[in-house]
Amino acid sequence: MATSTPDRTGLALQSGADILIESLVRHGVDVIFAYPGGASMPLHQSLTAYKDRIRTVLPRHEQGGGFAAQGYARTTGKPGVCMATSGPGATNLVTCIADAKLDSIPLIAITGQVKTAVIGSDAFQETPIVEVCRGITKHHYLITDVNDVARIVREAFHIATTGRPGPVLLDVPKDVQLAQIVPDYEAPMNLPGYHVETHRAPAEQISQVAAAIKRSKRPVIYAGGGVVMGDASEQLRKLVAKTKIPVTMTLMGLGAYPGADPLSLDMLGMHGSVYANYAVDEADLLLAFGVRFDDRVTGKVSEFAKHGKIVHIDVDPSELNKNKEAHIPIVSDIKYALTELNKIVEAPDDLSPWHAQIADWKKAYPLKFGKNEAAISSQYAIHQLWELTKDQDTIITVGVGQHQMWAAQHYRLKDPRTWCSSSGLGTMGFGLPAAMGAKIAHPESLVIDIDGDGSFQMNIQELATCHCEKIPVKVLLLNNQHLGMVVQWEDRFHAGNRAHTYLGPIDNPEAIGRGCADSPADRYPDFVTIAKGFGAGASYVREKSDLNDALKEMINYPGPYVLDVEVPYQEHVLPMIPAGMTVKELIKD
Amino acid sequence: MRHVLSAVVQNVPGVLAHISGMLASRGYNIDSLAVGETENPGLSRMTFVVVGDAAVLEQVRKQLEKVVTVVKVVDISAKDFVERDLMLIKVRAPLGRRSEIKELAEIFRGRIVDVAGEEVIVEISGQERKIESFIDLMRPFGIQELVRTGRIAMVRGKPPSEVDEDAKK
Repeated sequence: MATSTPDRTGLALQSGADILIESLVRHGVDVIFAYPGGASMPLHQSLTAYKDRIRTVLPRHEQGGGFAAQGYARTTGKPGVCMATSGPGATNLVTCIADAKLDSIPLIAITGQVKTAVIGSDAFQETPIVEVCRGITKHHYLITDVNDVARIVREAFHIATTGRPGPVLLDVPKDVQLAQIVPDYEAPMNLPGYHVETHRAPAEQISQVAAAIKRSKRPVIYAGGGVVMGDASEQLRKLVAKTKIPVTMTLMGLGAYPGADPLSLDMLGMHGSVYANYAVDEADLLLAFGVRFDDRVTGKVSEFAKHGKIVHIDVDPSELNKNKEAHIPIVSDIKYALTELNKIVEAPDDLSPWHAQIADWKKAYPLKFGKNEAAISSQYAIHQLWELTKDQDTIITVGVGQHQMWAAQHYRLKDPRTWCSSSGLGTMGFGLPAAMGAKIAHPESLVIDIDGDGSFQMNIQELATCHCEKIPVKVLLLNNQHLGMVVQWEDRFHAGNRAHTYLGPIDNPEAIGRGCADSPADRYPDFVTIAKGFGAGASYVREKSDLNDALKEMINYPGPYVLDVEVPYQEHVLPMIPAGMTVKELIKD
Repeated sequence: MRHVLSAVVQNVPGVLAHISGMLASRGYNIDSLAVGETENPGLSRMTFVVVGDAAVLEQVRKQLEKVVTVVKVVDISAKDFVERDLMLIKVRAPLGRRSEIKELAEIFRGRIVDVAGEEVIVEISGQERKIESFIDLMRPFGIQELVRTGRIAMVRGKPPSEVDEDAKK
């Protein structure tokens, strides 16, 4: 404790900043993504004193830091920690916090605040960030007394990581950072309203589920992010091994069950597989584990899975019967519930007709690679990447849009916590910073951001962080020069009228949908030059025959690398169930 | 349907803003909301009147319970309870009509708490129906100002010990 001095009683005085950083260390934090500013300088000064125990990564934008912390959290299950100064630093974290709330990611966001004496006076770089973030945090604190720092950090970690995880905001005024006291790191938590220990499924409900499984003829497991976050993938796999019930996963649930396994139905919902959506529609028993019946999964919720019984297990009581009424709603930690279920469950008597039906659907409606056989389609590029990397430890992160959906469809994840997708909030620009956080947490793994050119540009500055902090992540840039998902909706629902979805110069005919956008000279921006300017390796590939070598070069490159792949923008993500519709309206071609 | 929910919350800054913001952002219709300290200075009690069907009520209750500073939520309209509103009403009272107002206030077990010039202030408490009737009776005199607390309510008989024991955990 470089800055501690003994007080008159001989006990060591510590500043609020030191207490906060030491509290982080005591909670096992080994990396923080932090961008300094006036109101957080004392915290950064403390970080230098603790540099042997906690790595400080300087992102190039606070949002990059927030998503890097998420990448760390999503791939480890441990809370990610990010920090920013007051005012604009804090508001730049807002999107990351909202994102963590919707995807239930344990995130500790620390913001500097102006000193308490001037709070409320519209001081320089003052925003009421706690007020801003009330609805998008699991909990939040404005720390006004240095004596509360250690206790509040304990509470923050407890709240962020237990029950349904989520973001906790700590807003720390500068005078609290500077005030000196003798800290009490053992101060008890004061959380009379926070009870997570009670969320364990009662035995009789587990028996009901086992009985429902035994009787079922067409069961389907619908597994979500709760299975991944709840570390219940192993229990899920055991349940499937025992019962042979097919599994479909949500965008957040990918990796909970191996995508390449015959009993995997891949993703369900708006851009889920035909066979997953058909199976859920015809199921006589839907086992919904750690899910929230999101509108991107259900479409028209009254028509969703209406032919069968629904078992819904979730750790958050407010998710039960929120969007869809369940026949057996169970509030429980999912790992506990599945462990108990596995002790008594028996396989249904005969699933072979159901398996045969699903095999027919899989054969008739496989996931496709796109119409343009000559070009490198995004789907094909992702499939090739999967083929090249499936046997090594690989973590995939994505931005938001078409490439995200294609990655979800075609990169057959085999393990939980190897997939980082901004799923609930759908934040473009998530992929690259998330990959940084994942790579820091897993230096031995290959970490690849599968990104689109729109998303990539939203946090492209983080290439500087990757270079300067020596974080060798790879970017597979599926560059179609457009905001592909919006283009797809324009094509489907607005007669193809281009409304600000072309990412090149506005005088290019492509901006109004009149060009062909396939000349390399037209392409904008020059990502290879940009990447090289940041110090990353980079190359561009257009010919299908060059793709595999280019992918291998990217994979084997020692530092950060951007592979700019030219892909056609005319492809649509299929299948598609348009928003608010049902499986009957599913578009296959 | 109308329900009375009673929530024990930690007495910390921002808890009211947090709860009212949550209810507003989720689109729940709250008829009235009253807040005050309890016998334990670390805890406050909020009483809500919620309009909605059973499913709405269930979500409101669960969402309230999810707020970290909310210690306990009880739907007391399912129990035998006493509920009260308190109202102060300022009425035009020319000299000749004051006794009339006083009589009506007495019938309703209210009382005149201020007389100034041509106005009197009547304090009255009770169930909503009673308060509404009194307001109707005062209209012909000319209502100058009116202020009401939100609903407060308490379950009859059993003391609220279970709540406080939970809070101490």
